[in-house]
Amino acid sequence: MRNLARTAVACMLAGLCAAPALAQTSSADGIAQYRAMLADGNPAELFEARGEDLWKTRRGPKNASLERCDLGKGPGVVKGAFVELPRYFADTGRMQDLESRLQSCMETLQGLDAKQIAATPFGREEQKNLEGLVAWISAESRGLKFNLPQAHEQERRSYELGKRAFFFRGGPYDFACASCHGEDGKRIRLQDLPNLTKNPGDGVGFAAWPAYRVSSGELWGMQRRLNDCFRQQRFPFPGYASDVTIALATYMGVNSKGAVSIAPSIKR
Amino acid sequence: MHSKHKKMLILAGGLSALALVGCASLPSSAELDAEAQAMMKASFREQGIAKMDRVEQDLAQRACSAENQPDAATQQRIEAEQMATIKWPAGGQYLGDWREGEKLAQNGRGMTWTDAAGAPSGGNCYNCHQISKAEISFGTIGPSLYQYGKLRGVSDPAAPETAAIVQYTWGKIWNAKAYNACSGMPRFGHAGVLTEAQVRDIMALLLDPKSPVNQ
Repeated sequence: MRNLARTAVACMLAGLCAAPALAQTSSADGIAQYRAMLADGNPAELFEARGEDLWKTRRGPKNASLERCDLGKGPGVVKGAFVELPRYFADTGRMQDLESRLQSCMETLQGLDAKQIAATPFGREEQKNLEGLVAWISAESRGLKFNLPQAHEQERRSYELGKRAFFFRGGPYDFACASCHGEDGKRIRLQDLPNLTKNPGDGVGFAAWPAYRVSSGELWGMQRRLNDCFRQQRFPFPGYASDVTIALATYMGVNSKGAVSIAPSIKR
Repeated sequence: MHSKHKKMLILAGGLSALALVGCASLPSSAELDAEAQAMMKASFREQGIAKMDRVEQDLAQRACSAENQPDAATQQRIEAEQMATIKWPAGGQYLGDWREGEKLAQNGRGMTWTDAAGAPSGGNCYNCHQISKAEISFGTIGPSLYQYGKLRGVSDPAAPETAAIVQYTWGKIWNAKAYNACSGMPRFGHAGVLTEAQVRDIMALLLDPKSPVNQ
């Protein structure tokens, strides 16, 4: 299935490269086209199935499943939880996105070491398991609209900090998130860039992640997406589930209020 | 007191504390600024060549890190300070080889934590600009540079009447913030992204009448 997806994209990209007329149309059209070609077989489904199994399987030193994990709507409630994250959790006393919250549940319920999970490279060991979990949990909110809570002081504070992080210029290139995602209708090469300072629309920007990356055959959550943004911004390495990543997700998520989630989507 | 009552009291106390936290107003904007600065330092760690000095901001970065641009006086101060950093080419030699310039313009690599120390960086130009007619995969964050020299009447880059545009172009590539305090363009020479020789080659791509950009 992975090879099929890659071939389809290669054909699509080859088509774009060969015909200048096609390249002049929005690359989003091309992406939408191959997304449609793959609609019946987004490989993210494989990750979703694995994630559902992981949620229900007894694991870790405490030999427990994650079925009592509270993702914000009460213990065990999965449907609709994703489109309300990040949010403030009273039991941990902090803002958490999906991946941060899963780490907490894996530690408290299953006895796994959250710090060790955070230090594990993407795509390996428990990080590999997190790919499945975020795929399934986000899929349980597919078609729902983002509606992050902003009632708690910490939630409003996180939005304000995220906004500041979004415009923070640094590194040898002076880049901020806003350098690429602060205006409508911009591109890097042929890649369309969503304006993340506002709601960029259904299934665009924040509402398209987690996603299956055809180019690498991996399932990327928002943590990995942000990590690679910072790499390309020439910044140092953001800690997994660090405050800046949660604050940025809060900023983008609140800005995306009302946008329909298509996660886990498929990306080149 | 019965333990049941105690529990209720504790519960009530807890709830009112929660309500207080919930209704608390946000810190001032300046306090949030300081908190965001602390967050940027606490959330990152060095990796490879990407050290923590990259989240230490100079005035140009700090003043241009908000939705709105800084006031006119601050912008003028930044532009003057940045202008003073521009290193003009040795021997007044502004132009190199446009073929090498095209390669640099195509190359978007360099300076990430996955790049090796000392590896030469590309110019990243096509990521944001249209440049030659032949390359259709170009970004739109910056303005089109197609026919950059031709549109500015540069038929002989060494002629005295073109000196102003040639110098401006060098300065803009070396340190874009000298001309526009909050420009989105990196300071390629000032930040050590490109060498003097590389800047010469990109200059040729833009200004050499023989460059495909000016056909």
